Amino acid sequence: MFLHDIGIIPVGDKTQTPNSSGPKITNLTRRGFVVGSSLFVVGVALAGCSRYEEPKIDPDSLDLPAAGPSPLTNVKGGDATPALWIAIEEDGTVKITCHRSEMGQQVWTSMAQIVADELEADWDNVEIVQAIGHERYGDQNTDGSRSVRYNFHRLRLAGAAMKQMLVEAAAIYWKMDPSECEATLGKVGNSQNSDTLSYGNLAKIAAKLQVPEEAKVTLKDPKDWRYINKEIASLTVPKITRGEGTFGIDVDIPDMVYAVIARPPQLFGKTGAVRDEKALAVPGVMRTVKLPDASPPALFKALGGVAVIGSDTWAAIQGRNALEINWVDGPNAGYDSETFAEQMIQTAKRSGTVRRKRGDVAAGLSNASKRVEAEYYAPHLSQSPMEPPAATARWDGDKLECWACVQDPQATRQALSDLLEIDKENITVNATWLGGAFGRKSKPDFVVEAALIAKEVDRPVKVTWTREDEVRHGYYHSVSAQRLEAGLDEDGKCTSYLHRTVFPPIASTFSPGMDVPTDGEMGLGATDVPFNMPNLQVESGNAKGHLRIGWLRSVSNIYHAFAVQSFAAELAHVAGRDQKDYLLELIGDARTLDPGTEGATYPNYDASIEEYPIETARLSNVVNIASEMAKWGRTMPSGHGLGIAVHRSFLSYIATVVEVAVSPEGALTIPGIWLAVDAGTVINPRHTRAQMEGGTIYGLSNALFGEITAKNGAVVQDNFPSWRALRMGEAPRAFEVQIVKSNSAPAGVGEPATPPAAPALANAIFNATGHRIRKLPIIGASGSRLSLPAKETA
Amino acid sequence: MATTLNINGKDETVEAAAGTPLLWVLRDHLKMTGTKFGCGIAQCGACTVHVDDTPTRACITPHDSLAGSKITTIEGVAGGAADAIRSTWIKNDVPQCGYCQSGQIMAATALLEENSNPSDDDIDAAMSGNICRCATYMSIRRAIKEAAKEL
Ligand code: FES
Ligand code: FES
Repeated sequence: MFLHDIGIIPVGDKTQTPNSSGPKITNLTRRGFVVGSSLFVVGVALAGCSRYEEPKIDPDSLDLPAAGPSPLTNVKGGDATPALWIAIEEDGTVKITCHRSEMGQQVWTSMAQIVADELEADWDNVEIVQAIGHERYGDQNTDGSRSVRYNFHRLRLAGAAMKQMLVEAAAIYWKMDPSECEATLGKVGNSQNSDTLSYGNLAKIAAKLQVPEEAKVTLKDPKDWRYINKEIASLTVPKITRGEGTFGIDVDIPDMVYAVIARPPQLFGKTGAVRDEKALAVPGVMRTVKLPDASPPALFKALGGVAVIGSDTWAAIQGRNALEINWVDGPNAGYDSETFAEQMIQTAKRSGTVRRKRGDVAAGLSNASKRVEAEYYAPHLSQSPMEPPAATARWDGDKLECWACVQDPQATRQALSDLLEIDKENITVNATWLGGAFGRKSKPDFVVEAALIAKEVDRPVKVTWTREDEVRHGYYHSVSAQRLEAGLDEDGKCTSYLHRTVFPPIASTFSPGMDVPTDGEMGLGATDVPFNMPNLQVESGNAKGHLRIGWLRSVSNIYHAFAVQSFAAELAHVAGRDQKDYLLELIGDARTLDPGTEGATYPNYDASIEEYPIETARLSNVVNIASEMAKWGRTMPSGHGLGIAVHRSFLSYIATVVEVAVSPEGALTIPGIWLAVDAGTVINPRHTRAQMEGGTIYGLSNALFGEITAKNGAVVQDNFPSWRALRMGEAPRAFEVQIVKSNSAPAGVGEPATPPAAPALANAIFNATGHRIRKLPIIGASGSRLSLPAKETA
Repeated sequence: MATTLNINGKDETVEAAAGTPLLWVLRDHLKMTGTKFGCGIAQCGACTVHVDDTPTRACITPHDSLAGSKITTIEGVAGGAADAIRSTWIKNDVPQCGYCQSGQIMAATALLEENSNPSDDDIDAAMSGNICRCATYMSIRRAIKEAAKEL
């Protein structure tokens, strides 16, 4: 070895290396969390005993080999050409382009960890550049918990290829063979002397060299990772603590005016007569703009209504309050969510379309010694990110530039091009930081509004959605009714299982009249059920959409896991067995599953079932870990109960145990939660833990309080608290997370903690009180205690 | 109507309609966007600032009621409690998306200025007005307790 191995820097140790005469490493603030495996440092040079001064290289003075096009434009995941992702400046700053949207999942940090590790960049020199929406980056839809999964390989490749080119540049300068040179933390050293060349110095040369082909790029052995799978601190948090950073709602451009919009209360309702005299009399209101009525399909269209333009947001809001508008009923005028719920429950009682089938469920059920039936209902939900949608648009002739908190800047660009009929090449979409998103901001309707209004008023416009707008005019999580039936034998073993699910599909937002649950949605917790009984059938029933239906953190997994995992506990109760033991028995022996072999069309989160099979051993493993963490089986104080649920979603496996305490008056608290997650290779354990806590509590908030209802086609709720969100005093008192060590391919972490939360909670309430929750929400917007259903034996 | 406000120790003269809440004066007029809008009706805490050291919802506080008051925002909050909160916030990576966190930091700082050793119940009482949809509550509680120790 040609460089001194100076040993290991312990986590958080700022007292320098074990060797006191060794190199001084300054500024460990960001690197302090990195456990260096064997930190390569050019010992002699940095130890201060050499007069070596790095020469400034003039790239033109070197005779460089000719370079052809990049051979990395089409690797697994897309284009891995280093120049697309990495720019190294003369001062050594490493600018990494993040093409995914930052919404609190710490994607800036995780993407940078991947690139910087293979690049051997010094973390302290890393900066992020947020990409605009453009096809050259491949998929930018920050949705589906797949930023890491889609990009892990190609970003490693990009970093490693860039590093090789920097090493080659140094080798050319030194007239050595590249094998005599090695890159370490932003510098290249060599085996002949102690000279080093910094990346900033080499970057211009490296940029002219041939990009290596994939087979010639060496990725690090995972044991040599210095950033990947380490507790690297967030790149955004320090800014956040000072109120810095630009969210969509913070965008400010010269000459900008502010708009809010009065939208028709019903989806596809129309704007009738408008009187805006009073609005125009509000100080600061400049004018009003009538937007075209929307018609099906909803797509990402503006919803119509009247925009009020003001010199500040408050003026626009006051102006809107003063508008007098006759809204005209549209096709959804008759929608009443209470009546609709009853219809859906009736649909769930009738046989539906078979989506997966094993054995003969009808025969199995009629031969069973015990039959169990249960119906579950879950309402519409609103994503309600803390930052409501906001977008700014500016026209320059026929060119349009937008700044907005969007999860998918490419889809935004496409929607603008389609709906405003302009050439995509004339549209630039800048993604800002997102103040939460949870699926709401994958729908860029608010950007379309800004573009329409800016065109009309011929000035840059920022459209801000108020909380009322966000709650009343969303793309809602679908309402659902489900029926489950099971047959048990004399020993209480489940032999037959029927699951029927009814919900308006998200596709209803995109094709009018579409009322059939799609394979994608069915594959979120229904057709992929991992249970091991001889007779199994999954069916769907149709339901029409009357609101815009959209994705919400973990999507159909929420209601499917609620029903399936609650039902598993109900079966355990009927069989007189422990919930956890019975759950393990339902999952059965270790095996891999492919619902496709049983008639399901199963997308598996767009991953191949070979690369990401459904592995029951991983499910059982997290069940065992979480129950050990929670000390499952311990004697509980009166009014306390533990509940468990396990669910695979977004290719990750999570088991959650919730402890509840219910007072005799029905007041509920959550003393503790224990969660075990197997997400394959994890890029950042601390941010994974944060997503486990956040995803779980998001699910608890919805299950306890969340409900969007509609009357006469219009959403009833309007702001906190009629749309209620869980608060600090209602949060769990303790929350432990264990991440399963795994070398498997990376899976999702942003969403999969949400689905098991609600059933684990409901199962805990059952164990605490004997009351079975089958309808959500459990408490609702105005309650302060549990409204428990009548006790019944299942 | 011109009003002079003392914000983060500096006098600022703003020209905004009578009754315009401080929130929009900060954000739209002074371009101080660290203070956030979340509900507009004093329900979420995203807009929390300090007025004469008391946590205050900027979204329902008319700016013209604040002449002569000392206004502190996330951009300017300083001192022992604020430093401790910022440092434990960073050490624990408390924020996720960060949108609610200006309000959380302002509320937590005010709590520690009042009470240097808050119990769980004190934290619940002081922080339950601040909604975090990313649900960073566990980290916030941990970080407040650590900050109290640092004080
Ligand atoms: S914006 Fe002021 S409390 Fe919500
Ligand atoms: S950190 Fe996102 S809302 Fe609190």
